[in-house]
Amino acid sequence: MIQGLVNPRRGDRLFEVARAAGGQQQKQRPKGGGEESSGSGDGAKKLAKKGGELKEEMDALIDEIDEVLEENAEEFVKNYVQRGGE
Amino acid sequence: MAVPKVMGTEIEYGITVVNDRDFDPISSCVLLVNAYREDSPEKILWDYDQENPLADARGFQVEGERYTPNQQENIARNKTLANGARYYVDHAHPEYSCPEVTNARDLVAFEKAGERIVEISRREANAMLPAGAKLLLYKNNSDRKGNSYGCHENYLMDRRTSFKQIVEHMMPFFVTRQIYCGSGKVGSENRADPCDYQLSQRADFFETEVALDTMVKRPIINTRDEPHADREKYRRLHVIVGDSNMSEFTIYLRNGVTAIVLAMIEDGAITRSLSLRDPVRAIKEVSHDPSLRAELALEGGGRWTAIQIQKEFHAMALRWAARPDAEISDVDRDVIERWGEVLEALERDPMELARHIDWIIKKQMIESFMERKGLDWDSPQVQMLDLQYHDLRPDKGLYYLLERQGKVERIVEDSEISRAIHRPPEDTRAYFRGECLRRYGSEVFGVNWDSISFGIGDDPIKRVLMAEPLKGSRAHVEGLLDASPTASELVENLRA
Repeated sequence: MIQGLVNPRRGDRLFEVARAAGGQQQKQRPKGGGEESSGSGDGAKKLAKKGGELKEEMDALIDEIDEVLEENAEEFVKNYVQRGGE
Repeated sequence: MAVPKVMGTEIEYGITVVNDRDFDPISSCVLLVNAYREDSPEKILWDYDQENPLADARGFQVEGERYTPNQQENIARNKTLANGARYYVDHAHPEYSCPEVTNARDLVAFEKAGERIVEISRREANAMLPAGAKLLLYKNNSDRKGNSYGCHENYLMDRRTSFKQIVEHMMPFFVTRQIYCGSGKVGSENRADPCDYQLSQRADFFETEVALDTMVKRPIINTRDEPHADREKYRRLHVIVGDSNMSEFTIYLRNGVTAIVLAMIEDGAITRSLSLRDPVRAIKEVSHDPSLRAELALEGGGRWTAIQIQKEFHAMALRWAARPDAEISDVDRDVIERWGEVLEALERDPMELARHIDWIIKKQMIESFMERKGLDWDSPQVQMLDLQYHDLRPDKGLYYLLERQGKVERIVEDSEISRAIHRPPEDTRAYFRGECLRRYGSEVFGVNWDSISFGIGDDPIKRVLMAEPLKGSRAHVEGLLDASPTASELVENLRA
């Protein structure tokens, strides 16, 4: 389920288009994303290493989410009641 | 030629106070809105004289009471900001209506500026609450208990475009655009069929195809005919069917693609009718199917997936943009290109867009968390993740956490958002509004989208009308403003 986060197939195609067109100002490259995947001989090794890094990165992210997630989730979501709007 | 697609969004935020037994949403909203003091003149009326929410685009007037608060209540509930936005209390929610912009990229900056403005006032207001109480704001559209609040988009349209045509083409478009516009939601509500996860926050709430209502029996297409501009020339399409998005990329596509399809209708470039047999049912079928394989019955026969319908719109957009006389902006070209790529990616595997589209970003985050913690979709923690994705606090909001970690695509720079908090867009009448507030704030008496009035000394109130959304731009009025050090000189110079 986590492969989509840095999907090598994605190859940041969408992002390249974003940079090429439109904006009045230069786009900033987000940290942590957008590494090029290598097509060369040691590509497989790199990808395997990357897989390991990815797992670690994802684990760290889940830990961080876990840390900031509201405690008493059950009560919190139960008490979140809004009046209809618009 | 289509009229320029001047646009804006109105976002209602979810509001709650934890550890406060006496929490009252309306007084909390008033506290919140009044806590915002940054370059916002204090006592300016919202000019309700110009409003008519009961006019129906199908050509009649609906009976009902028009809301006009007394002066004190008006000032307490309405703030007009130096960036040209309106920040106010709408029923039981705080609402930020961004200033008029001309393109989807600026829209992203000014909608995101709204999140920051609400967060700044949240912090200020929170400091005024009793110890232990915590004011929280959410940019979402549902409490998952059957109560929904809106994200409304507005687009300038040519009055000559028939409303019937808008309905015919926009209905299948709106039903299917959620595949790249949805913000994602755990579970279902409002008597919709049960599901684990769905694309849209709002789809469960749409009960009819076309109507004037926004609060009950919500329609996919809203008929409010209140152009906030020259009504002989323009209409304003008031779109209530969208989700509040966190992802810049999603906001960009939501407004960018919708504006393009509307321009195509005006240019007669929608050459094929894609009407659905049952749009109210279809909007839920699409939302409840994250595999994106559900097939929808077309009125003319056959069954198409949402992706196929969107691809047909996209193919027509490519032809529209390739017309020899077409004048397509850089942003529109970029939107068309990315829209096509998104549809291709959705067809291959939606998870390829786990950096781009809110419902997919959220789905991946929740599924990774569930897998690691051994949770299922009914778990309160999973529901908490869903809610907290939309939390406006930078340290607690899960979307912002992903953004800090570089896990989501950006469209604009932080510096552009910061600027959009304080300064108006430069290419619409919002520039004139914002600059008047900045330069002559103490003498501005009242504001509406299409007017600004001055109360100078004991003189009668003078109202300046702004019936043309593109007039009042920087190019148009900066010289006039610079030549008018005071409001009284401005009024004189306007008369000259």
